Parts: sequence; C-alpha cells; structure tokens
Amino acid sequence: MAKTIAEINEKIRKGKAVVVTAEEVIDIAKEKGVSRAAEEIDVVTTGTFGPMCGSGAFLNIGHSRPRIKLGGGKVYLNDVPVYAGMAAVDIFLGATAIPDDDPRNKFYPGDFNYGGGHVIEELVAGKDIRLTATAFGTDCYPRKKLETLINIKDINEAILFNLRNAYQNYNVAVNLSDKVIYTYMGVLKPNLGNAHYSTAGQLSPLLNDPYYKTIGVGTKIFLGGGVGYVAWNGTQHNPAALRGDNGVPRRGAGTLAVIGDLKQMKPEWLVGTSMLGYGCTLTVGIGVPIPILSEEVLRYTTVSDAGILAPIVDYSEAYSQMKPDILGEVSCAELKSGCIKVRGKDVPTGSLSSYPKAMEIAGTLKKWIEKGEFLLTEPVAPLPGVESGITFKPLKERPIGE
Amino acid sequence: MDVSRRIVLHFPPNITGQPVVYRLVKDFGLTFNLLKASVSPGEEGLMVMELSGKQENYDKGIQYLTETGVEIQSLSQDVVRDESRCTHCGACIAICPTLAFSLEPKTRNVLFDHNKCVVCGLCVKACPPRAMISHF
Repeated sequence: MAKTIAEINEKIRKGKAVVVTAEEVIDIAKEKGVSRAAEEIDVVTTGTFGPMCGSGAFLNIGHSRPRIKLGGGKVYLNDVPVYAGMAAVDIFLGATAIPDDDPRNKFYPGDFNYGGGHVIEELVAGKDIRLTATAFGTDCYPRKKLETLINIKDINEAILFNLRNAYQNYNVAVNLSDKVIYTYMGVLKPNLGNAHYSTAGQLSPLLNDPYYKTIGVGTKIFLGGGVGYVAWNGTQHNPAALRGDNGVPRRGAGTLAVIGDLKQMKPEWLVGTSMLGYGCTLTVGIGVPIPILSEEVLRYTTVSDAGILAPIVDYSEAYSQMKPDILGEVSCAELKSGCIKVRGKDVPTGSLSSYPKAMEIAGTLKKWIEKGEFLLTEPVAPLPGVESGITFKPLKERPIGE
Repeated sequence: MDVSRRIVLHFPPNITGQPVVYRLVKDFGLTFNLLKASVSPGEEGLMVMELSGKQENYDKGIQYLTETGVEIQSLSQDVVRDESRCTHCGACIAICPTLAFSLEPKTRNVLFDHNKCVVCGLCVKACPPRAMISHF
C-alpha cells in the first residue's frame, strides 16, 4: 500500500486527500484496523501550543539616512535588548530577553510582565514598535544614534527562527521542598502540592512520528498561524532517550528547529508569556502534517495519551542540581485526569501546554490540506535518529587557569 | 428571605479606625465570613467577605456601609478573565486554593467559576499569558 508524498500531493490538489487529526486517527484505527486505516488515510495532522523559550526572530529594519551600523552597537525594541552582533541593520529578538531596568527577581518572585516574546506578539499584531539604538560610527556608517518606530509591514524581513521547539515528551514538574518554588514549569506548591506538565500528548508532532520517519529538514508545517518549515533538528535533540515498546520516548527526546516568514503569522499563535519568578518567553503554535506513507507510519500516529509516559521530576532539588533521579513515571492520560499519585499522595495536575489550542491547530492544518491550500514537502535530509549516536551532554566545566 | 453575598469593601483611610464590621453584626444581625482583609490605621483598607442575613437587614447593612464611606463592589467583578488572552493551558487549575478553575471534559477548555473565587490573586500572577486580571 506504500504511498509517496507526490501521490498524496496529487490527491490534495484534486481535493480528494483523506486528512484526519492525530486524535481522530486513534478511534478510526481501532474501528477499521491499522491496515485499512493506513490505506484510507493520506495525512494525519498534529498540533502543539506551549511556552517554547528557544524562540526568536531575525529582523532587517532597512537602512536609515545617513546610515547607522547597528552591528556591534546596542539596540532595543520597546526597551527589550536585541542581539546586534551581525550585519549593519540585522537584529535578533530573543523570546526571553527582558528590559535592562526590569527588577528581575530582586523583588522575589519577579513578575516578568514584558519581554522579547511580548515584542514578537505585538510585532506580529501589526503594532508599531519603538526602536532605540546607539552605535560607534564609522566613515561609511556615520550615524551614532537612532530612535524610531518600526512596523512589521515596513521592514525588509521578519523571520521567526526557533532554535528548539516541539519537545518530544517532557518532564512532569513537582516540588518536594517545604516552600513554594517559581519555575519555567509554573508555580509549584510545596510538599507535592501540584504537578505541572507540558505536552500535547497524543496530538504532539514528534510523539506521532517517534523515529522521525516522515518529519525531516524541509518539512512544511503550521507555524505561528502561518506556514513554516523544519529548519534542522532542534538543539538538545536527543534521539537516544529511553523509549517504550511502542517506540515513544519516555524522556525528553527529539526537538525541532523551525523557521518561517513572521509577516504571514498571527498573534493568536505567538503569545508573549510570563512565568512568575522565572522570566519571559513565547508560547508557540506548531502543527506538523504526517504523510501516511506506510502502515508502520500510521501505526505510530495511533499513539494515545495512555501510551505516553513522562518522568516526574522534583524541581526543588533533582532538576536544579542536575541529579538524574525521578519520582516515577506517569501517563498523559493520568495527567489529564486532573490528579496523579506521587509517593502515595494524590497530587492535582495542571498543564502549561494548551490541548484545546493544539486541537485547533491540528484542525486548521487539516482544513488547509483538505482545501488544497497546503501541499506536503519531501524532507531534504532526515533528522538524526537513534542510530546517529547523538546524546544530550551536560557541560564539562574546565578551569580556565592563570 | 435570607441572602448571602460575597462583597469587596474598600475603606477610605479616615474610617479604618472605626468598628464597622462589629456594627454590621450588632446593629443589623448579619453574619460574615472573612475571606481576605488588609486594614491598617490611617491607610486605605480592603476586606473581602461573605455577608449573610435577612434581605431587609442586608440592605440596611449595605446602606450603613455606603453612608459610612465604604465603597462596595461585588466579588465576581474583582478577578476577571480576559477571554482574548486565555489560551486554556491550565496553569491556573492546581494553583487555585478554592478550585475555581476546572476542565470541561470534552473540549478541555478551562472553566472559571466566579462564585468559587475568593480573590486571593494567586492566579493573576501565575497565569502565563496574563489573562487573569484583578480589579481593586
């Protein structure tokens, strides 16, 4: 029954492709069997919507008259510092950057109400952004100071380039200590007061293609409400992570680096986010289509929340001190029930990743494909798999010496 | 007819020294369940309470409070959700001490029950997209 992406695209063009979401495919395969489902279904769409700190945007703001060389200078967007160590008017706006005068955790826990992620959201929303810059001045770039409003519609390029998104599985965070802790996994109450997780589970892109058999460099995706592409594997990509019998990682494993034109994205899918006591970030919407090339590919997409296990980690000690200890494993289905058992105690759960929004993304991508507006791409290179030998290494600190 | 309402009382600095709540009990026969209080002499004070009693007495009590200079708001207006910013992630659910948030099982949307909210404000800062807003 093996299909090719070209054949599937032909069906998409004719409006005849059968597209289902990663949630719908579970019951279809149960009802019809994997073999028949694989024959009938052409594409399974996935989705995820969660805070992803490895996000940011490259901007080329155009040359002022007279010219200014921002490269090597200092540049701010709405008081948020951006990276300018590149060409004259190219800058990089990182999701976690915060204004120099933000009190941070000086008044603990800090609020972190505004940072790079919020600037990205406002930029995408078409709002004017205040750019202030100082430079040292050269013969060909004499200007030393620039203060201007910029708007996404006027600047040359605005490219979202997220270095690490869509983590394949993630920790469940708890707090064993006797005081509240403020983490990137949210507010964790003392003595196992709550457990926070962050995954779209059965809808999550990489959990539906656990061995990266279809998702590769060049895969066209839903990104921030528009179209984007998988640019590379994400940083910390760890295909060698512990896996279950179903092939699904039981620890944080693969990641994606993604890229796309920010100008066609939407603020609803790139949301500036504040983590109390931790910092600012960006909540990103990503959806990846999985072409059903074989029965095996279809079988992987039938993974359900019950078949996805995640490790429970104490963020007051084990996480912060880089200790490998976990407090057990729990399935996504248990997490979604609202309560899990940790060390014999009933612990209420909360999520940082939005399942309703993940469903909306998978549904939107499904519609785009059904309407023939979104064709699939053939990856130009695979993501490193289990056989690559790549592992996730800690920093090896070495003394600098005299 | 008996009524029971959750209200927010704002005390101007000049009356924080007066036994206002005592008079609600003594003169109007009302009972109160204090949910939150921040009252210091000479400063603006805040009290969140559930006030109960006969409708007639309740109305008189409220009239007394207003005449004394206390500003009254109904509690449900005090922490509100900006629906346009809520992403229905669920980071608020296990934070809330009174279980005011719950998941709608089918859609997994996060529901917010104003009646259970005691305006502690924990969700306001714990909400990642800052969708929970307190109005004091």
